[in-house]
Amino acid sequence: YAWDANEEYLFKAMVAFAMRRYSSKSTTQISNVLLCNVTDRVSFWFVVTDSAKNGTTVPGSEVEAAIRMNRNRINSAFLLNDKTLQFLKISSTISPPVEPSTPAWLIVFGVVLCVTVAGIIFLIVQGIQRRKKKNKESSDTENLEEKCEVTVTIENGIPCETLDLKAGHINGVYAADDERFASL
Amino acid sequence: ADAPPESLKEDGRPKWDNKFQYLLSCIGFAVGLGNVWRFPYLCQIHGGGAFLIPYFIALIFEGIPLLHLELALGQRLRKGSIGAWSAVSPYLGGVGVGSWVVSVLVSLYYNTVLTWVMWYFINSFQEPLPWSVCPLNENRTGFNEECYESTAVNYFWYRKTLNITPDVTENGTLQWWLVLCLAACWAIVYLCTIRGIETTGKAIYVTAIFPYLVLTIFLIHGLTLPGATEGLTYLFTPNLNSLKNPRVWLDAATQIFFSLSLAFGGLIALSSYNPPKNDCEKDAVMVAIVNCLTSLYASIPVFSVLGFKATSGYWDCLDRNIISIINKFDLPEQSIMRQNYTTWIRLLNSSHPEKIAALQLKSCNLQEFLDQSVSGTGLAFIVFTQAVILMPASQAWAILFFIMLFSLGLSSMFGNIEGVFTPLLELKIVSKSIPKELISGIICLTFFLMALCFTLGSGSYWIDIFDSYAGSLPLLIIAFFEMTGVAYVYKIKRFSEDVKWMTGRKPNLYWQITWRFISPLLLLIVFVAFVTLQIQKPASYAAWNPKYEDFPMKEEKVYPPWVLAICVLLAVLPCIFVPLVAFFHLIKQTLRSKDPNSVPPEVFSCEVAIS
Repeated sequence: YAWDANEEYLFKAMVAFAMRRYSSKSTTQISNVLLCNVTDRVSFWFVVTDSAKNGTTVPGSEVEAAIRMNRNRINSAFLLNDKTLQFLKISSTISPPVEPSTPAWLIVFGVVLCVTVAGIIFLIVQGIQRRKKKNKESSDTENLEEKCEVTVTIENGIPCETLDLKAGHINGVYAADDERFASL
Repeated sequence: ADAPPESLKEDGRPKWDNKFQYLLSCIGFAVGLGNVWRFPYLCQIHGGGAFLIPYFIALIFEGIPLLHLELALGQRLRKGSIGAWSAVSPYLGGVGVGSWVVSVLVSLYYNTVLTWVMWYFINSFQEPLPWSVCPLNENRTGFNEECYESTAVNYFWYRKTLNITPDVTENGTLQWWLVLCLAACWAIVYLCTIRGIETTGKAIYVTAIFPYLVLTIFLIHGLTLPGATEGLTYLFTPNLNSLKNPRVWLDAATQIFFSLSLAFGGLIALSSYNPPKNDCEKDAVMVAIVNCLTSLYASIPVFSVLGFKATSGYWDCLDRNIISIINKFDLPEQSIMRQNYTTWIRLLNSSHPEKIAALQLKSCNLQEFLDQSVSGTGLAFIVFTQAVILMPASQAWAILFFIMLFSLGLSSMFGNIEGVFTPLLELKIVSKSIPKELISGIICLTFFLMALCFTLGSGSYWIDIFDSYAGSLPLLIIAFFEMTGVAYVYKIKRFSEDVKWMTGRKPNLYWQITWRFISPLLLLIVFVAFVTLQIQKPASYAAWNPKYEDFPMKEEKVYPPWVLAICVLLAVLPCIFVPLVAFFHLIKQTLRSKDPNSVPPEVFSCEVAIS
């Protein structure tokens, strides 16, 4: 926005407001604030006169203190900040940084670590389960092989026994020739 | 005698799920932090686009032959580095042990760099970013002095992250926040390598592909930033005069060598899990080309952002001057803009020279800002973080950038850990009944405890030492012995037959010439040049000392003798195994031949075969 007489009026009003709030006497008027040496840069000098004491200006320190107290309101009235609206003798104080109770990085770190540890535990448990299953499977197959061997011997035994028990025809052609039988 | 192919399939060795996983692992191992923060820097200081000429020459005559050699060796012999080199010739077993030692040393400090990346990552979730503002001093009257004299970004890196001591001899204390991050990093590495390639193969899909996504995002965003074109023209404008400097050729050769992660033993380990009949020639060429293209691709967003940062700095300088002029001469706002700044200055200088002189304006030169080149950790943690503050939505960019760096480093760590893990599994030290999870857990825990020394106040000085001495010179020596070992001990003819058996075609003339003559010669020249350059200047380092009179400039200090002794030890330790193992084997052979009662082992094997 352009700086014109209306903005100057607003500025005078803000300074008067600041003086009223600071000294809590409601005698400061807009007419008490005088602007001079207004340049195109939009820089100017201003003084505050005291209507009670005729013609004297309010000491600079008081004005400074008043403005310091209400700096925020003055800035917002003009939609500016400490950098763009500068009072040459009043340096802005640095606001202390906001520090949360737990540093933010600790929270993120906690999340990352928890996820990692959960993954590790899951993989280890999976590995253990897989190994148990493999052990069980391998022991199962071992048992199965033993059983087969046992049955085979039994099966080998039974036919012979049944052959002996049953009264079977003995083929005469082979009966005479004992050497033909293969030795067991 | 070659073992028949059918029996190899039943040797119970783990294998890759598919070829893509294997290629991604190799590419992830090769593509690391150096592609992002070393290659663009070298390009910049060695004449821009002209650097690509020695770079590609080194790639063709040194990088690809050595890469093919390692991949083919691992695939044929199906063993990690120690087993593979012992199988090539028992006298060359030391080469494998040397590779293994280098992998151990590099794994230690590489993960600490990842710790720093993780620290920055978890700090990027704050608003405003902690490295953008200086903290206040004790009585809240102003900013912290160290921070005020340097910059907020420098302060966060040197004080809040490293808490660096002014001298390498002052150890300082363990920085608890770095210890926590180191534990988290090693936990992540353990999680991904817990069962060897079975788990890294799954993790690599994310860690190898994600950086490319982020690089693309940064590329698009970077090109839209103001000043990006200045940065890019600065990077790529070729200056052919720089090729006359031999330093450029040496840097190109070493960059190719370290960028492809050769001689670590990791590539041999990765390819040993391949099926025997796999085209390793195509793999080698592909991995090398992807690595180089990634370097080029990464340098574009890096330099766009650096150009943006330089332009921002230049504009800030101009703006400060403009404000002081406007204030002094009470000119209306917006009367002097950046474009007509020079005309205004000339006008005012001619009309009111004494007023202009009284203002003490700083001369703003864009070239000067662009010339501030940095590489390595300085690029990532100081320059880039400063650029990120200037961007809108800086938290998101910071988070993306640090996750990308973390993925890049993590995929390289997988290769390193495989290079350590695979030979250990094959040595008879560990019995088969111990589960893999336990072995990798013990390795990760041991490395974590050893790497705690890098979290001391002087830790970053020690990491520089490890990087310069353990991660550079021994690799050149080991690579030289690898090449000459295969070329002249194993014999190229036999090796060509092996490659033919695996790929189905005999290696052509290019491979024969480079394997036999060009690459070993080139390695020897690079090694000699490297050593000569190292010896010429006394080993010094730049220390961050707030009490230094020229602070914030870094103080140049010389290493004390005991630190130099450690440097030499680090460089010599891996290499000493090469002659040591050969000597040890020689002794064994002479003792065996002298003993008349002992039967040579070949006779035994013949007997077994017959019965």
